[in-house]
Amino acid sequence: MQEKICIIIPCFNEQNNVIEVIEETFRHNESATILIINDGSSDNTYEFAVSTRKARIIDLPCNLGVGGAVQAGFMFAARQGFDYAVKLDGDLQHPPDFVSSLIAELKNSSCDIVIGSRFIDYDGFQSSFTRRIGIGVLKSWAKLLTGIAVTDPTSGFRAYNRNAIEFMAEHYPSFDYPEPEELILACKNGLKLKELSVKMRARKSGVSSISSSISLYYMVKVSLAMFFIALRPTEKALKKTKEYDS
Amino acid sequence: MILEKIQIISLILSISFLLFIFELIRRKKVKEAYAILWLFFAAVFILLSIWKDGLDYLAAIFGIYYPPAFLFLFLIVAIILILIQFSVVVSGQNEKIKKLTQELGLLKENLESRKRSINQDE
Repeated sequence: MQEKICIIIPCFNEQNNVIEVIEETFRHNESATILIINDGSSDNTYEFAVSTRKARIIDLPCNLGVGGAVQAGFMFAARQGFDYAVKLDGDLQHPPDFVSSLIAELKNSSCDIVIGSRFIDYDGFQSSFTRRIGIGVLKSWAKLLTGIAVTDPTSGFRAYNRNAIEFMAEHYPSFDYPEPEELILACKNGLKLKELSVKMRARKSGVSSISSSISLYYMVKVSLAMFFIALRPTEKALKKTKEYDS
Repeated sequence: MILEKIQIISLILSISFLLFIFELIRRKKVKEAYAILWLFFAAVFILLSIWKDGLDYLAAIFGIYYPPAFLFLFLIVAIILILIQFSVVVSGQNEKIKKLTQELGLLKENLESRKRSINQDE
C-alpha cells in the first residue's frame, strides 16, 4: 500500500515564489500531496497557487503567523490520514529534492521527527552572522533544557511521522516563530528527533518573516517560551488537569 | 542588610506575584508573549524593593520626597502600559473575529446555493 506524504508549505505574501516552489516540489515529489497554506496574504499568493493546479490549498481568513498556519497543515494531514508530513518554507530556502531523504531517514531510524540541518556539513546557505549568533544561543539553551544537542534549532525543514503529525495537529506552539519551541515540546512529550544534513539556499525574493536580524525581543520571547514548555507537565498530564477544571 | 518594613512587604508581594504569573504561564492559562511585561515589571519591582539606594536615587531624579512612593508610581505606569498592550491585542482580535464571521457567513451562503443547485438538478 502506497504511503501518503503531505508536503506542508505555509505562505504569507509569497506571490513571487509560490509558483516556483510548487513546480519544483512537484518535480521531485510527484506522488506526494502538496499543501499550500495561504496565511491571509494580501497579495496574489492564493490565485497563483491555484493556477498551478498541482497543490491543495488552505486559504486562511486571517493571518495567524507561521505557527498557526503550519498547525492547520498538520490538522489537514491528520484528518486526511497522511502517513508522513514534511514542512517546507514558501521562500525556496528549503530544497525540495531533499524531501525524500528526510522521509527515508524517518523510516530507517526509529524516530518521529527528522530535522534538515544546515550546520552539520556546513554546505550551502549558512545564514547571516547575527542570525548564527542567535541560533548558537538557542542551541545552548535547548541543550540546557532538554539535554539534547541540535545543530539547527531554527530550521523549519522537518519531516514528521504519523505519531508526530497527530501530536502537532493538537499541540503545535502557535506563536510567531515556533521552531525552537517545537523542539522542546517534542522532546518533553516523548517524540524522538534526528537531524539530517541538507543544503539550503538563500531566500530568493520577498521579505523574510523574521526581520533581517534576530531581534532581542524575539530571542527573549522564544527563550522564555522554551523555558516554560520545558517546565510544563506533559500534554497528557495537562489534559487530565483540564478535565477536572470547572 | 536590614530592610525596612515596607521593603519586606513589597518584596514578599512581588515575589508571590512573580510565582503566580509563572504558574499561570506554566499551566497555559496565559501566553508567554503577554506575560513578558508582567515578568519584567515584577523583576524590576523585586530589585527596587531590595536595593534601597537605587530606589532613593531614582526617587530623587523624579523629585519624589518619599522613595517608596516611587515604587507606587512605577507600579501605576506598569499597569497602564500593560493595559495599553491589552487594548492593542483586543483590537487585533476584534478585527480577526469580524473577518472570521464574515468568511463563515460567505461560506454558508456558498454551501446553501450549491445545495440548492444540486437539488434543482435532481
